[in-house]
Amino acid sequence: MSIDATTVKRIAHLARVAVADDEVEHLSGEINAILAFVEQLAEVKVDGVEPMTSVTPMVMKKRADVVTDGGDADAVLRNAPSTERNYFLVPKVVE
Amino acid sequence: MSELTTLTIAAARDGLKQKKFSAAELAAAHVDAIEKARTLNAFVLETPQRAAAMSKAADARLAAGTAGPLEGIPLAIKDMFCTEGVRTTACSHILDNFVPTYESTVSGQLWRDGAVLLGKTNNDEFAMGSSNETSFMGAVTSPWRRRGSNTPLVPGGSSGGSAAAVSAHLALAATGTDTGGSIRQPAAFTGIVGIKPTYGRCSRWGIVAFASSLDQAGPFTRTVRDGAIMLRSMAGYDPKDTTSVDIAVPDYEAAVGKSIKGKRIGIPKEYRVDGMSAEIDKLWDQGRAWLEAAGAEIVEVSLPHTKYALPAYYIVAPAEASSNLARYDGVRYGLRLPGRDINGMYENTRAGGFGKEVRRRIMIGTYVLSAGYYDAYYLRAQKVRTLIKKDFEDCFDQGIDAMLTPATPSAAFGVGEKGGADPIEMYLNDVFTVTVNMAGLPGISVPAGLDGQGLPLGLQLIGRPFDEETLFSLGQVIEDAAGRFTPARWWA
Repeated sequence: MSIDATTVKRIAHLARVAVADDEVEHLSGEINAILAFVEQLAEVKVDGVEPMTSVTPMVMKKRADVVTDGGDADAVLRNAPSTERNYFLVPKVVE
Repeated sequence: MSELTTLTIAAARDGLKQKKFSAAELAAAHVDAIEKARTLNAFVLETPQRAAAMSKAADARLAAGTAGPLEGIPLAIKDMFCTEGVRTTACSHILDNFVPTYESTVSGQLWRDGAVLLGKTNNDEFAMGSSNETSFMGAVTSPWRRRGSNTPLVPGGSSGGSAAAVSAHLALAATGTDTGGSIRQPAAFTGIVGIKPTYGRCSRWGIVAFASSLDQAGPFTRTVRDGAIMLRSMAGYDPKDTTSVDIAVPDYEAAVGKSIKGKRIGIPKEYRVDGMSAEIDKLWDQGRAWLEAAGAEIVEVSLPHTKYALPAYYIVAPAEASSNLARYDGVRYGLRLPGRDINGMYENTRAGGFGKEVRRRIMIGTYVLSAGYYDAYYLRAQKVRTLIKKDFEDCFDQGIDAMLTPATPSAAFGVGEKGGADPIEMYLNDVFTVTVNMAGLPGISVPAGLDGQGLPLGLQLIGRPFDEETLFSLGQVIEDAAGRFTPARWWA
């Protein structure tokens, strides 16, 4: 499988990364080189093999449903690029 | 007292206890060494004031008799570990103003045990790389050079700054993270010891996430014993990381120097890859002979899916990275670049904030997870991963205690030499280490010799899950036979 310029633009949009028109060709070349490299996995017989979901067999741990942290808006907001009172500010989302 | 920087952790621990020098003196000697070695670019942030304050507090505890196991030991911390109040960037532009309001569990445990922070070390951006050249803060220059040459070499990656710092005597030890070889490969390139523990042995909480099912923290040290001392403090169950395992942390140091008589060591034949240098091959045979002479039994074994580990990794790791790095959206922390609307803000922020390698991996990951391609790529890779793990389990079931392999297919290469045109060329560095992450096993890289040009080469030992102790016993046998390796100082 190899990808074309339209697909590169589609992936870039899905990943929310702006890609300039003059970067598309180079980027598709690099991505295709990696896809060609991983193509060899097609020769592995995987019938009846379970996909790995956890590298160490373990039961998902659960904790009691109680409040253990929080109430520190200042720490949460301290690194934000734009805030007002206890809110993150973003460009207008709904017209 | 510059000789203070040549000490091992074990020797520094004894010297502090016997009051031969103070923790403040030990920290000051390292702060001075770091200043003189700025040309290496190993540190992205030096914290001399914190080092002074922490070492003073360590001296007070030493005097009061309440010293911890790492009391007064000066360390470097990879810039992937969040450190409270100390800038943490993952060496990415997107995080270059980020000051965490919390401390990673692993670094917190080091401070709990009395260690002293010297500064944050350079790494490939978001730990994506094998040469430290993708860092937004610039490449690291290895303290090692080829005999008779001034060509700057890479220290390996992604934990290149930590490896360079320990090798060049700028810290007694350092932390690293290893997703596909990012501790073991730079350790091999710089002639030091690097350990990737079993998945789940160290908490991932507070470490900038790359590929969560593969990431593990581990130490860089100049001796196997020091690695054991460091890991004991770094390891342990953490309720804040559900994948950390609730098993008691053994006294790893007790395993150092223990007899390896009767241990069965597997030599996986698939690791004899095309194009591997004759010197690496010779080193591997030498390692085998050393272990045999110490009483181990050498067994040829087969790990048939070895060649598929790297391609499977380049699906699984980018897929997880694309999900993990979705959080860098210019809203809650990090860089924000304006756009025509909120999508434009996301897209410009991420295009401007991520470097080329990171952007490429996010896009690969997005593609292999996208509708219509998920089964062909991601699901198939996860099935191959099951087979890779089963290869190891089959060997362990036959009574193999550990495997011996080369750590890397070559010695360190020059800055700018690899991966310019073809990203795969760089990825092949991790061919011997990536299997271990895919199977969640512990691995240690131990320096074992120098090549014809005077550059260090390492051997890797791979253990059963949660049997780091056997790796420390075996690693010590190699260290005893091979000796230790220090670069000739050419800087300042």
